[in-house]
Amino acid sequence: MPDDRDEVKVANQPAPVIEPGYTFATITDKISSIVLTRPTSLGWVVGFGVGFLVTMMLLYALGYLFIKGVGIWGINIPIGWGFAIVNFVWWIGIGHAGTLISAILLLLRQSWRNSINRFAEAMTLFAVACAGVFPAVHTGRPWLDYWMFPYPNTMNYWPQFRSPLLWDVFAVSTYFTISLLFWFIGLIPDLATLRDRAENKYTRISYGLLAMGWRGSARHWARYETAYLLLAGLATPLVLSVHTVVSFDFAIAIVPGWHTTIFPPYFVAGAIYSGFAMVLMLAIPIRKIYSLEDFITDRHLQNSAKVMLATGWIVAYGYGIEAFTGWYSGNRYDQNLLWNRLHGPYAGVYWMLLICNIFIPQLLWLRKMRTRPVWLFLISFVILVGMWLERFVIIVLSLSRDFLTSSWGMYYPTRWDWMTFFGTIGLFVTAMFLFVRILPMISIFEMRTLLPEAEVKAE
Amino acid sequence: MKRVPTYGIMAEFASAQDLVTAARHTHEAGYRKIDAYSPFPVEELADAIGFHKNNVPLVTLIGAIVGGLTGYLMQYWVAVVSYPVNVGGRPYHSWPSFIVITFEMTILFGGISAVFGMLALNGLPMPYHPVFNVPRFALASKDRFFLIVFASDPKYDAKGTRQFLESLHARSISEVPG
Repeated sequence: MPDDRDEVKVANQPAPVIEPGYTFATITDKISSIVLTRPTSLGWVVGFGVGFLVTMMLLYALGYLFIKGVGIWGINIPIGWGFAIVNFVWWIGIGHAGTLISAILLLLRQSWRNSINRFAEAMTLFAVACAGVFPAVHTGRPWLDYWMFPYPNTMNYWPQFRSPLLWDVFAVSTYFTISLLFWFIGLIPDLATLRDRAENKYTRISYGLLAMGWRGSARHWARYETAYLLLAGLATPLVLSVHTVVSFDFAIAIVPGWHTTIFPPYFVAGAIYSGFAMVLMLAIPIRKIYSLEDFITDRHLQNSAKVMLATGWIVAYGYGIEAFTGWYSGNRYDQNLLWNRLHGPYAGVYWMLLICNIFIPQLLWLRKMRTRPVWLFLISFVILVGMWLERFVIIVLSLSRDFLTSSWGMYYPTRWDWMTFFGTIGLFVTAMFLFVRILPMISIFEMRTLLPEAEVKAE
Repeated sequence: MKRVPTYGIMAEFASAQDLVTAARHTHEAGYRKIDAYSPFPVEELADAIGFHKNNVPLVTLIGAIVGGLTGYLMQYWVAVVSYPVNVGGRPYHSWPSFIVITFEMTILFGGISAVFGMLALNGLPMPYHPVFNVPRFALASKDRFFLIVFASDPKYDAKGTRQFLESLHARSISEVPG
């Protein structure tokens, strides 16, 4: 942490992690007042309302699905995995940036993460929750989903542990649980701050219950810091494993376009790529609306943009290698896949994907683009679209034309597919709106440690 | 030991540096049942009050090992003993395909042990605690730093301890009702 402050002093450093002039008290006031004293604005009500209505649309689409079955979607044989799995992979990927920021950057002592980790973790939780909807409902009989878990039953049967789909069940449920715990223990000291500052009795009791009597004892902090660090250490391989396991769902199968060893690293990089895009799409409006430019500075935006640029190139490398192996393998099915991507019925999607994920993000090389929030916001949106298209290409395009021409087919999403997809975006937005209203969206106690006063000299 | 009416004496400090110095002096003066409170983690503080043994890593390690063993043995038992499925004559004990779930269970149990172990060792949840009776203690979660000498300390003496804390340049001293 001292390194960061030294950097701040360097004159040509573009932006500090936290603007100078803050004290422990002003940091606390600024962040906690958003939750405690700031009146609920009309903008919040409208935003929440829109998100809520879209969530209702999700419930409508799912209700109809439960009555009618998955036949209301555009899926067919050969394309049994349509939007459901595209959206699942997309949402899970978005979640990855939150864990990267909170765990990996913590281990790397990147203290700039302190002002964005809280809402990035919330983003992870909500994104994983949205992702979880899809595999749960695409089974066709979602009321029997508990069959995926190993439990003793009267049917005397057990799940097949050799299947990557079951690995995925374990990976995703572990990921959700660990993300929830990580987020929650990060919140405990801040909940205590809110408890001590709440004027309203019911608010105080609510935060008090959640804070569990946290009082900031040195013994507690010592164990807390150890647990937090260990959890970060556990979450780091976990987050890398989750998208690896998701990629196994494809890579273990023999379908051309799926059966490739580059999938795990390329999926993880793609996940972080789209995740940072979502972080920026949230951070840019949040810091503007709640005047948090002092905490979420241009430095944060720049760093996130650089991460996107780097992971974007890993993804581009992945596309390059896929195309190269398709050509170089000499395997006619792989070669056909490449041709099919460039010229087949879904060629438009593939070209759009290249434009969104490779060409447009190159604008981030320009410092001007990295420092202008509006442009960053737009580029992030393009990347999110691009990453969604990537999953569409991987899943739908590969399944549409595999080995035998007799088993080729086309997939056209129906309105129910779209309603479910946009519905989960509504669910995500609703959850984020609730989060910024009732919980501190920036970690107050970790922001305090960024101040020079937090440093204790050894005697 | 005679019954004491108070829980302890609490001193307030304005900075983390002052608190660490004061805690160190208090510990050096022979007080053992002491605690310090800060609004953010101060690494040196645990050391200053003489708290060195932290069992969270051990609990986490045990949890992770139990999780890994549970994951692997569960799969072994299901795939080999309880529900063997012959897939083209492949071995029942196909260990490479059990690695992923073993790994996930290791992380899951390790993480749960770290969090709940930390809470249990800290004695949380504990909604009521005598230190909350001091009105100024509400600032411990904002910008103030506190040091307490518990009345149960053998060296504790209402007057002497108060004078000692005053000598450490505390901003204010208050008695914590038990």
